[in-house]
Order: sequence, then structure tokens, then C-alpha cells
Amino acid sequence: MTSIRDRAAIIGIGQTEFSKQLGVTEHRVACEAIAAAIADAGLAPRDIDGIVRYDIETNTELAIIYSLGIPHLRFFAGVTSGGGAVCGTIVLAAMAVATGQANNVVCFRARNRGKRSVSGSGKFGGGRPWEKTPPLLPDFYQYHIPFGLVTPAQEMALIYRRHMHEYGTTTEHFGMVAVAQRTHASRNPRAVMRQPISLADHQRSRWIAEPLRLLDCCLETDGACAVVVTSAERARDARHPPAYILAGAQAEGPIHIQMADYFQHWREETGGRAVAKQLYGMAGVGPGDIDAAMFYDHFSPAVLLSLEDYGFCARGESGPFVAAGHIAWPNGSLPVNTHGGSLSEAFIHGYNHILEGVRQIRGTSSCQVPDAELALVTSSNTDPTGAIILRR
Amino acid sequence: MSDDTSDQPRLPLPVPNADNQGFWDGCRQHELRLQRCRACGRLRHPPRPMCARCNALEYDWARSSGRGTLFTFSIVHGPTLPVFQARAPYNVAVIELDEGQFIVSNIVDCPAEALRIGMRVAVVFDDVTDTVSLPKFRPAA
Repeated sequence: MTSIRDRAAIIGIGQTEFSKQLGVTEHRVACEAIAAAIADAGLAPRDIDGIVRYDIETNTELAIIYSLGIPHLRFFAGVTSGGGAVCGTIVLAAMAVATGQANNVVCFRARNRGKRSVSGSGKFGGGRPWEKTPPLLPDFYQYHIPFGLVTPAQEMALIYRRHMHEYGTTTEHFGMVAVAQRTHASRNPRAVMRQPISLADHQRSRWIAEPLRLLDCCLETDGACAVVVTSAERARDARHPPAYILAGAQAEGPIHIQMADYFQHWREETGGRAVAKQLYGMAGVGPGDIDAAMFYDHFSPAVLLSLEDYGFCARGESGPFVAAGHIAWPNGSLPVNTHGGSLSEAFIHGYNHILEGVRQIRGTSSCQVPDAELALVTSSNTDPTGAIILRR
Repeated sequence: MSDDTSDQPRLPLPVPNADNQGFWDGCRQHELRLQRCRACGRLRHPPRPMCARCNALEYDWARSSGRGTLFTFSIVHGPTLPVFQARAPYNVAVIELDEGQFIVSNIVDCPAEALRIGMRVAVVFDDVTDTVSLPKFRPAA
């Protein structure tokens, strides 16, 4: 049976500055990040013949190709969802280059969600999706928004509260994730938040939606990230060491936004668990082989659930796992979000995690795991989700 | 609603469609309804056009006991939509109905510190406009 295993590689990464407000449009940040990724790959825009984006991305393929001067695409696709889309873009790009549907595929995410860009779609675009809730709700939203369940923090708070109830997880465990990632970010010059924090700072930060505090929540950032995916054969000639895509998988089960449906299937064989099974099966490796993990972290306890879903600890034991120091670089057994993640580097809807996975494989992270051979990157694991394993 | 000229933020409201009209009509009549597949009898919520077990399109509306247990909740402080921010902190809750379905709602007549996962609750209806009633839940024995 054919698979994408080892058939493709990421050979270019690019990004903009990350900021609370860049003062430029979402169209421009997309162009900047994509141009940087193409240059990093040692290619020119004319070499690009495929684009994969999130289906909620505001920049269309057309907007990208006419700005960058990409003459012609042979492959273009979008992946459903926001944070659930991240690694699915790489899976599609790998499929395209493995089957000859494209040679060099750009995947990207661009968004202006910085603190000073969120107040609507002004001249720079952007804004929080939930602030645009319509006064008359279509079907999908009718069963939760009228009750004041509006934002991702509120939705996820319900899931994490239940985890606390079932397993004895505490908000201190959440805080240990936030502290570890901020410590990682303190070494990262690209990170928006570099000032170290303590567990006491976390516990003192204000409630957003209990049990989530401010310091459990991702940043709101302006910026963009992009990568170039090519075939394993062409990757040998790249400027930088390729990050080969050892395996990739997606899963869509019950979506968290329809909370009722989600809990009907309470995290059994769906979501991250289903992805992990496919992923490790394709890769022929297990959790013990992973050198560093970039987990989607819109909220700090998302890391706890991912540690369990991807088999680094048993169900319900992620709190004690984090308390034992396992996710902290340099001494932990599994350094997590070594760039600072969405909590401290930037929130680019998870795309900066792919770039950091590539840096670990290249050996260029500001929290480099020595001789890292395998890096796991995941999408948000309560939505439609996905993950990839990158290898040296 | 059309002659409401106040500057108060409006509560976002459901717009019933052909697949869920029975649910919202039931709420208006202060009756919590679950969709029931006419082919296999399975109950479902939220409403949808097809039975996920047998794929039958035919359904009717079964009256729920309106009783259940609190499965999980959050106390929301914000940021949130202005209409809800005005009443923060407030709770949002997922209730597991005795029939086995889950429903998102609020627990009313209960201080935040008294909320407990597993507590028994029963439905009450909040007539938020002349045409829309929302199912809420209050502590029950």
C-alpha cells in the first residue's frame, strides 16, 4: 500500500515579525511570509505550483499568486477548521507532491488577531471571529450562543472542567504548562512575550472562563507563517537540511463547538487519539521515540490533553507528568513548544508550531534538543484535527 | 422587535429551520423535545435531518423528562459578547439529560459556589422574546 511516509519534506520556512499590531493588512503578512519561505527553500515564485490554506483563511489562492507573481497553480486546496487545520495542510501538500500533482507546494496561515487589531475589520483586516456573531443565528450556533457560550475559551473551559472532575487535574497543572512555555519563549527573540512568569503569577491572573485564567490563554497576534513542501527527491538539493515528513494524519470526529455532540462521544477513539494511532502506525515509531513535541495550545490545558492523546502518559496522568518536569527544556524527557507556543511566542493559529518543528530538525531552535531526530507537531485536538512527524 | 429602538445590545436569537422547528416550537410551549427517529426510535439532540444510526429521514418529537445531571460548567468572566458581558460572571453548562442526550444551557436559581458536577437539575423556560423561549435548568431534588 502506498502512503505519504517519507515521500515529502519541508524545505523552506518563512514568517513575518509577530506583534500585537503590525499595522499592515492580512494580505501583506501572507505575502511576506510566503516570499520568505520560498527564498528559504532556495526557490523562486515561478517554481511554486501548489497552495494549501485553511478554508477560513482570508487570503485566497488568487490573492497570493497575483501578488507573488506565481504564474500558475496545478494544485490548490483548503483544510476545514481553524486550529484543527494546521497539520492537515502538510498532509495534503505531501499527498500532492508524492503523487506528482504538484512539485512545490506553499502552505501558510496569515491573520491579524493582535490586541490592537481585534476591534473589527478595519483597514488591516482581522478581528475575532466571535465578535462578528450575527444577531440571528444559523442552525449550527442556535444551541449554544443564546446561552452565552460564545468564545473558544468558554467552550474549552467546559472540556477542561470535566477533565479536572474525572482525573483530579488542577489549575496549578495548567499553570505549569504556561510557566514552562514562557521559560522557553524567554530565549526566543521572535517571541512576543519573553518575560518569565511564575506559578504564582499564573494563579493571580484574572479569570477568563473558569477554570481558565488569563495566563492559560493564547496570545492574540498579527503575523503569518508559511512553509514550502516538496518531494523527498527534490529535497536533497535544498539550501537547508530537509525536514522529511515521516508521517501525517487527520481525523474528524465530533466537534467541540457543538458541545452536546462532543460529549456524546467523550474522547474515546476520535480526535487526537485517532490521529495518534494512524500517525504512529504509518511512522513505525512510538511516543518514546519523539524528541520534541509542538502541541496546539490555544489554552494551556490543551497540552495536557494532547500528552494523553498522543500516548506520552496515561489518560488522566498529564497533570503529574507536567509537574514532574517532563515538558520543560532542556532537562525534560519531552520538551514541548520549545518556541513558547501560542501562549508565549505568537498565536498564528498553530502554524508557528510547524516552523518550530522544522527548526528542531534543522538544529536551529533557541531551545534546541541535542541531535533531535523526530519532532511531533499537532493541530488543535478537539476540532477536526491532525498531526505530523518530521524527521531529520 | 422591529420597533425596539434601544441601544441595548441584543441577545442573538435562533432562526428555526425545517429540521429544528419542532424543538423551538416545543420550547415556546414550555416543553423540552428531543428528535426521535421513526424508523429505529433513537433519540437525538441537537436536531438534524437524519438519524445517525439508521439514516432514516423520518422523525417525530418526543417530550423529554426535562431532568438530568450537570455534566460540566464554566463561570464566564469575559471577554464575551456585550449582551452577555453585562451579566458576567455567569455560568454556562452542559447537562446530561436522563434520556442520555447532552444539552448546553445555563443553571438558574443557583449561586456559582453551589454548582457541582453531578447535581440534579430540571428544565425551566425563559421567554426571552415574544416568539423565542430558551430551555434553562435549575437545581432539582
